[in-house]
Amino acid sequence: MKLLSFTALQIRRKILAREIRTSDLIKELYERINKVDPDVQSFLALNEKAAFDAAKEIDQKIANSVKVGLLAGIPIAIKDNICTEGIATTCASKILRNFIPPYDAFVIKRLKEEDAIIIGKTNLDEFAMGSSTENSSYKITRNPYNLNCVPGGSSGGSTAAVAADIAFMALGSETGGSIRQPAALCGVVGLKPTYGRVSRYGLIAFGSSLDQIGPVAKDVCDTALLLSVIAGKDKHDSTCADIGVPDYLKGIDGGVKGFRVGVPVEYFGKGLDDDVRTAVDKALKIYEKLGAKIVEVSLPHTEYAVAVYYIVANAEASSNLARFDGVRYGFRSNDVKGIDEMYCRSRSEGFGNEVKRRIMLGNYALSSGYYDAYYLKASKVRNLIKKDFDEVFKKIDCIICPTSPVPAFEIGERVNNPLEMYLSDIYTIPANLSGIPGISIPCGFSKKGLPIGLQILTNCFEEAKMLQIAYAFERETDFHLAKPKL
Amino acid sequence: MSINIKDIEYIASLSKFKLNDDEKMVFVGQLSEVLSYIEKLNKPDTENVMPLVHPLSMTNVFRDDKQEESISRENVQFIAPAVMGAFFKVPKVIE
Repeated sequence: MKLLSFTALQIRRKILAREIRTSDLIKELYERINKVDPDVQSFLALNEKAAFDAAKEIDQKIANSVKVGLLAGIPIAIKDNICTEGIATTCASKILRNFIPPYDAFVIKRLKEEDAIIIGKTNLDEFAMGSSTENSSYKITRNPYNLNCVPGGSSGGSTAAVAADIAFMALGSETGGSIRQPAALCGVVGLKPTYGRVSRYGLIAFGSSLDQIGPVAKDVCDTALLLSVIAGKDKHDSTCADIGVPDYLKGIDGGVKGFRVGVPVEYFGKGLDDDVRTAVDKALKIYEKLGAKIVEVSLPHTEYAVAVYYIVANAEASSNLARFDGVRYGFRSNDVKGIDEMYCRSRSEGFGNEVKRRIMLGNYALSSGYYDAYYLKASKVRNLIKKDFDEVFKKIDCIICPTSPVPAFEIGERVNNPLEMYLSDIYTIPANLSGIPGISIPCGFSKKGLPIGLQILTNCFEEAKMLQIAYAFERETDFHLAKPKL
Repeated sequence: MSINIKDIEYIASLSKFKLNDDEKMVFVGQLSEVLSYIEKLNKPDTENVMPLVHPLSMTNVFRDDKQEESISRENVQFIAPAVMGAFFKVPKVIE
């Protein structure tokens, strides 16, 4: 158990110093997975044999003093909407139950090049559509801090696994807060990179102008390490930015003296839980103490973000998910008469209700006679939301606010009310619409003992500064060291 | 904005979904609720605002017109529901 509570950077040091063998670490890890994952339910599939083979190879390399990668021997869990060659990638959907990708996503290729060990695929809301990981077709993941509560979503399997010490790090994905919100609810660190910072090649598409893959980790330094590995230009994704990747660990301890921190009034209004408000207020005091100047700012179009998101994301999803037709891969319904019946039955039997709801909403918004009223209008308001950020970033270094308006809610509490569920993402969605990066770090606990997340947002491609600001807080506090009782 | 059963049937046909009557009723209620929430987008003035369809301003990305290796046909057909020779096999297309 003790080994598994270390951070990735700590465990890497031990592996490189030959204090521990990767194969022993992997053995201990799978023992704990077998012990706690029947409760937490974070994994959809384990990659045990390949993980042991990879571990042996790394041990061999280290024994022979062969150079190893940046993530040598570090066990990593992967959200199950990221393609892994030879390992089923289901998107937690019945329609991809038997889908074994014939290629690796760009980020998986990078992890392998740096000698990381892929330990398994984690649960998510079907096609990443949801905020609680309850919309999975296979299982409901539980919050390690309270098994009756949701872990958040859609990357809830990844954040729960890291919180439960059954993965040292994980990859998640975001379209509208799906890394930051579950990271907040599970008490771990989650980062959404600038749109274009990380290649989307091999990420099963949901909303192509919003989707980004990002790291989930136990602390800010591990997050920086993982981002350094997965970021960068990839010729297979033409929206991937051709901007050099710094070593995000370098200069991370630079502090926040003289930094101007913007606090948006719109993020502290109605609907914000008292415990969350208190924790965020205390965090702002700490930043002040560290030498940052706190200034009030306004992002006046925040109230429209969720409405814009549900048009834009679902319009893009309705188009992206048209590819699931039962022809080339995935589920095909049997005993059908013609091709149209095959499409209809395969999609109706293969997709769950939330996915159907969103595809229909997207098709409605794009359909003849409604395009101007919905998609075009939403795209214009999206620009207003982006301009809000452009304006405030002329005057400040970062924005600090809550990640989620509430701590983890109970399983079943919001599942029958889609609109209420959508509003869980009210503080995270604006960053996806604008393309800016964001991070959630642990900043306290509610009276019921549930984790609370602090969100930091910066301008595009300022991940290094964002991590530096996050680390300044982490260094002063010990919320990131808390462990759930499992 | 509320939508009715006929609208749901039309959107379902665009989406290639076959819904039963109970499902149609549930979706009418839920989508109406979401659409009435979305009506708030009529409030902000967007008269002179350009639509933003992509967060980064990017230009075309070009590459050399050079042949590269891709995933083999065998590996692609391996995961298909039905194949025949070099083809994907599907039910009757023309009645």
